[in-house]
Amino acid sequence: MNAKDLIFDLISSTGVSGDEFPASETAEKELCKFCETEIDHFGNVIGCRGKIDDKKATLLLDAHIDEIGFIVTYITDDGFLKVSNCGGIDRRLLLAQQVTIFGKEKITGIITSTPPHLEEDDKKVPKIDDIYIDTGLSKEECEKIVSLGDRVIIANKPISLQGDRISGKSLDDRCGVAVILRALELVKDKNLPVNVVVCFSAQEETGERGAKISAFKIQPDFAVAIDVSFALTADDKEYKCGKLGQGPMIGIAPSLSKEFSNRLVDLAKSEEIPFQLEVMNGETGTNADCIGVTGKGVKTVTLSVPLKYMHTPVEVISIEDIENSAKLVAKLLERGVYADA
Amino acid sequence: MQMLKRLETLCMLNGISGDENAVRDYICKEIIGFAEFEIDNLGNVIAFKKGKNTPKNKIMISAHMDEVGMIVNFTNSDGTLKISPVGGVDPRVVFGRQVIVGKNKINGVIGAKAVHNLTADEKDKAVTFDNMYIDIGCDNKEEAKKLVSLGDSVTFSSEFIEFGDGFVKGKAIDDRAGCAVMLEMLKSDLEYDTYFTFVVQEEIGLRGSRCAAFSVEPDYALVIESTTAADIPSASGADRVCELKKGPVVSFMDRSTIYNKELYNLAFDCAKELDIPCQTKTRVAGGNDAGAIHLSRCGVKTVAVSVPTRYLHSPSCVINKDDYFNTFKLVKALTDRIYNR
Repeated sequence: MNAKDLIFDLISSTGVSGDEFPASETAEKELCKFCETEIDHFGNVIGCRGKIDDKKATLLLDAHIDEIGFIVTYITDDGFLKVSNCGGIDRRLLLAQQVTIFGKEKITGIITSTPPHLEEDDKKVPKIDDIYIDTGLSKEECEKIVSLGDRVIIANKPISLQGDRISGKSLDDRCGVAVILRALELVKDKNLPVNVVVCFSAQEETGERGAKISAFKIQPDFAVAIDVSFALTADDKEYKCGKLGQGPMIGIAPSLSKEFSNRLVDLAKSEEIPFQLEVMNGETGTNADCIGVTGKGVKTVTLSVPLKYMHTPVEVISIEDIENSAKLVAKLLERGVYADA
Repeated sequence: MQMLKRLETLCMLNGISGDENAVRDYICKEIIGFAEFEIDNLGNVIAFKKGKNTPKNKIMISAHMDEVGMIVNFTNSDGTLKISPVGGVDPRVVFGRQVIVGKNKINGVIGAKAVHNLTADEKDKAVTFDNMYIDIGCDNKEEAKKLVSLGDSVTFSSEFIEFGDGFVKGKAIDDRAGCAVMLEMLKSDLEYDTYFTFVVQEEIGLRGSRCAAFSVEPDYALVIESTTAADIPSASGADRVCELKKGPVVSFMDRSTIYNKELYNLAFDCAKELDIPCQTKTRVAGGNDAGAIHLSRCGVKTVAVSVPTRYLHSPSCVINKDDYFNTFKLVKALTDRIYNR
């Protein structure tokens, strides 16, 4: 499968934090081509590539499988749903969105929007508490399908833009999942100098929770947290963002292993893979933060795919960035985690 | 053709005000053999359907072909497109969506700086049209200019779907519902001669209907529309304006017209006789082509029959199927009672 088809497949599945199953199943189906896999009780998809060789360092490749969404908290007397957010929702885009509700069956709903004649101020952004989801069902019918605690996402089909750009929901972080899968494909059947363990972790968006558990279980020596990061848009600051299409962003931060960051930079340079540096001044806001302090500590680095419009249903990425990220990870697997002698 | 299927076909056509070609072409193709018609200088379709008899009164039935949307007014140096709304569009239902740009139907998305990079204040401030841009995946002005011209139309990308208990959701239901009802009448056998006008530019100031009414010079006019319903949990009492599943809406007054009392009463009598639900609006809000038609020449007795619609002017207009079918029934019966008054 090419990278674009793989990503379209991954983002067409849903996995809101704490209920990652459809997405984790799709990802596991791909991962099991390269690894022994299991899904743990927390929803983490864990894959181990071959037998662990105690003489080799163990490297964890992590990407989170969950996506932002909503959770149903209440059904009104007229069959509308109230929801709370799972993860950091951009409230500026909620009104009149079509959603999918994952009840006993999948049903469609629309986020209510107050018409202009009742609301003078069209600059007001609703609180999550202000919105309702129109199910087109009476309370009684609704309760037959929807239970409190069910997940809801903004429905959006993946689309292609110009060039190698694609847009859709949950590219954060199915991109990371795709990078790992592509990298494993590139090193398929090769003998590697490292033990490779993969985790597609649950509940990153609600506080990097899945990775805490998986990293403890795996106890890696090294870890790469593969996530997305901000690609520059005209309304953002250049010094805070990477650029779309300019290659993976290698993280440098006080919370990351400088030695490991340098290893990735050296590999990218020697293999002539385009890359960008992402300098952060503390923690990183990714699973790297918790993986790094797991057990006795893990040498961790972030590798981020530049992405525009994060946490919207219209996230945008470049396929070339995915391919280059995968190449870099594959080279790391082939040539090992330690600096070349 | 099924009435619902016809509505879907019409809604999926793209035709913002001033660019109604696709809708007009479809309508003309459909009515060949059922009526004589001409296309006037503005682009209105003026159709005359011969009935079995000539009525005492000349009747004009009218619906508008145009939908709200956006127009491209600038190409930014980074390849994104600046847009202005065409018709009354709440910017909050535009941000975070997929759109279709121009004749080549280029995919685009509307995003902005990621929510993570906003200040607390900014998170509560809607993205206005001034701060909005479309990303089609181009990196610079030159690339974008090859694909998009200034003045190109932008429409919402939104599926037409059925959901809940008898509801449908789609873009442009305002006023393709009216067009669909008229097509249904045009394709049936009529007792009396009737004029049907499919008009342009309603959304930017009731412009097409003004000329169509002048040309037809009717004694009576019926406008078939979609009107705003606010039967959502955040609105109560009179603020709900009208409600879905309560039948077609006939109002006594809106922002463009104080309706002819005789026709207003006739509509309710007619609904009662037919045993179909019918409701009025509980707020003086909105406006439609009746505003232009009832003041044409020496004045025209005019009534508007509307399908109650939630989330009007958004990509997710919602109506109830029964209201739509009942609107057709009421318009037909009402017309029959007006021919020889």
